[in-house]
Amino acid sequence: MPPYVLKDKCDGCKGKDEPLCEQICIGDLMTLDHVTGRAYCRSLRDCWDCMSCTKICPKGAIEQRIPYQLGYHGAKLIPMIGTDSITWTCVDIDGKVERFTYRTRNKK
Amino acid sequence: MEKRLPKNIKEVEEVRIETDLLIVGGGNSGCFVAIEAKEKNPDLDVTIIEKAHIDRSGALAAGMDAINTYIGEGETPETLVAWSRAQVGGGPLREDLALGNAKILNGCVESLEKWGVPFIKDEKGRYKKRGRFDISIRGEQLKPIIAEKAKSYNPRILNRVTATNFIKDGDRVIGAMGFGVRDGKFYIIKAKATVVSTGGAAGLYRSPTNDGTTSHHQMWMCPFNVGSGYSMGIRAGAEFTLMEQRWCAARVKDFTGPVDTISVGYKARMINSKEELILQKRYSHLGGDTAPRYIRANAPMGEWNDGRGPTYVDTRHLSPEQVKELKIDYLNERPTYVLFLAARGQDPAKEPLEIYGSDPYIVGGHTSSGYWVDIDRMTTLKGLFAAGECAGGMPNKFVGGCAAEGVLAARGSLKYISGVGHGNINEEQVAAEKQRVFGPLFKGLNMEAKYNIPSGQDPRWQYDGITPEEMEERLQRLMDEYTGGVGQFFRCNEEQLNYAIKHIKIMKKQVERLFANDLHNLVLVHDVIDRLDVSEVVVMHLRERRETRWPGWQTRTDYPDKNPELDCFINSKKNLSTGEIEMTKRPYEQILPGDRTKSPSPVPLSVEKA
Repeated sequence: MPPYVLKDKCDGCKGKDEPLCEQICIGDLMTLDHVTGRAYCRSLRDCWDCMSCTKICPKGAIEQRIPYQLGYHGAKLIPMIGTDSITWTCVDIDGKVERFTYRTRNKK
Repeated sequence: MEKRLPKNIKEVEEVRIETDLLIVGGGNSGCFVAIEAKEKNPDLDVTIIEKAHIDRSGALAAGMDAINTYIGEGETPETLVAWSRAQVGGGPLREDLALGNAKILNGCVESLEKWGVPFIKDEKGRYKKRGRFDISIRGEQLKPIIAEKAKSYNPRILNRVTATNFIKDGDRVIGAMGFGVRDGKFYIIKAKATVVSTGGAAGLYRSPTNDGTTSHHQMWMCPFNVGSGYSMGIRAGAEFTLMEQRWCAARVKDFTGPVDTISVGYKARMINSKEELILQKRYSHLGGDTAPRYIRANAPMGEWNDGRGPTYVDTRHLSPEQVKELKIDYLNERPTYVLFLAARGQDPAKEPLEIYGSDPYIVGGHTSSGYWVDIDRMTTLKGLFAAGECAGGMPNKFVGGCAAEGVLAARGSLKYISGVGHGNINEEQVAAEKQRVFGPLFKGLNMEAKYNIPSGQDPRWQYDGITPEEMEERLQRLMDEYTGGVGQFFRCNEEQLNYAIKHIKIMKKQVERLFANDLHNLVLVHDVIDRLDVSEVVVMHLRERRETRWPGWQTRTDYPDKNPELDCFINSKKNLSTGEIEMTKRPYEQILPGDRTKSPSPVPLSVEKA
């Protein structure tokens, strides 16, 4: 399933050898476009939609999309990562918003 | 950082490493191998090679919402193994392996909590049971937490290095070779012992959700687990078992994601278009809701085949709070299913969720396919150990069992290492592998400059060969249509299997025409070569099992019943002189007494896994 890179948010993780999405992508799919300086997915068909890139992006510049063959356009699922918790915001195609917050790590 | 590609084989840099213990694949099992080995011997030189990055690699990349095997109150290692045996219709399975694993299982699961994974507790503070051996976790950070623990022991971790073949010294494995996905270097890693702990094989079959464009990888198992661990063993002449026992499962339709979350966690029952309870109506003689796993997996496709689709898990009894909990479970395991529901504008409390069959996977952490191993998890090749999805004979390991097997493989390796030194590398073998690995990269090289082809043009028109995507899709079509994919309701016969073998052999002859224009495509080239080698063995196994032992997982239309003479392991090994896959049988040994097809008491919950 294709990740969508928001052009006004992605800065290609300036100063790093590789953007974080490229470092983490399990399928070796996210990479840097040297012309635009932004990250992109080199093969949309090959994404498994694990959302590792979306979660690790420090700019919140990656959104996941459902392939249109399977789900309609316009829904969103945005993670906000905390130290030991996560908050997800989900918007459906009718604009209904849901939020989910829970612990992802035990307190040390 | 612009990547410079080598232009010929001489330009490929070599990296040579000598280590005590080499771990091929840094997923859940592989990390547990490293942790256990370093715990037992902090001075041991341990190396992990990992195709991706160990923080988010393997099947756990997206997270997990449950640990599917934990021995809770009222249960014992023996009841777990007897339950597991009943789930696979009485086996055959390796009860020796399963019992050894069950004895150390809980310790491994509990360590996950100590390292930071939140477990859901019941009112008495015990792990909350979801099913009989199934407990709920908030596992969004499961893989990063396991990786952190492994990294804390400072093993040598080579991220973005993909293994391609073992190094052999006679009949002993003395390490592995591979290439850097980013640096383009050739890695030759010599080891006293090697553990293979890659993922299983996905993408042998076409996924029902694959429309060829952006949904190509919309599947349940991680599509980057291509069976390399198996294929390396096949090419090295190791013995494999039960490769015909494919994991085909009921999955949420048009997404091919997990269903247990709903059916087990929220007691949602399978229904068909007529609102009939499928398992009660058609499979009560086999146990209804508690029928063996393959029966429940096959049930939705049975309904579609008989004209009673669509099929669902009925979620209309859920309260709004339960729907929210259900979504949190998915966010921990496959978050985009929540996005999928949003993209359909669907409320599970109002509409039941559609389910369908998955594409078949070869996953020895789920069903029983994999290397034939001894009790120390050593394969039939000396010095090579297998764990997790790679080790065969023991079904229903899942996260906990795969972790435990990592521990056992580490112990086995340490025992072996204490008695051996390093083997001798045959440089001819290394040079041949280097050529095999990098050859596809030099085929279409510099075509743009030489022939004035605009860059960015479809590479197929630059070099007259085969792209890995083309061969992958050819293989997936063949496997689906002729070897019992979901498109054929999991059924096949002798003639179809012979047809598949014939065409796999043609493709194997054509792998030399595969080409890659960059390192990413070079990975894809080796992915498809590995899938071909695994597929050949799977098809040979499906043909050899001339009976129907696990309908759905393995259905032969020409042999619709069980054959008592085949109540045994079907094994295979590549004959390295002829290149042919040779089939053998090994007897099943029952250790736990009793009816193999029955789950032991205590009586299971009314609804189990589906």
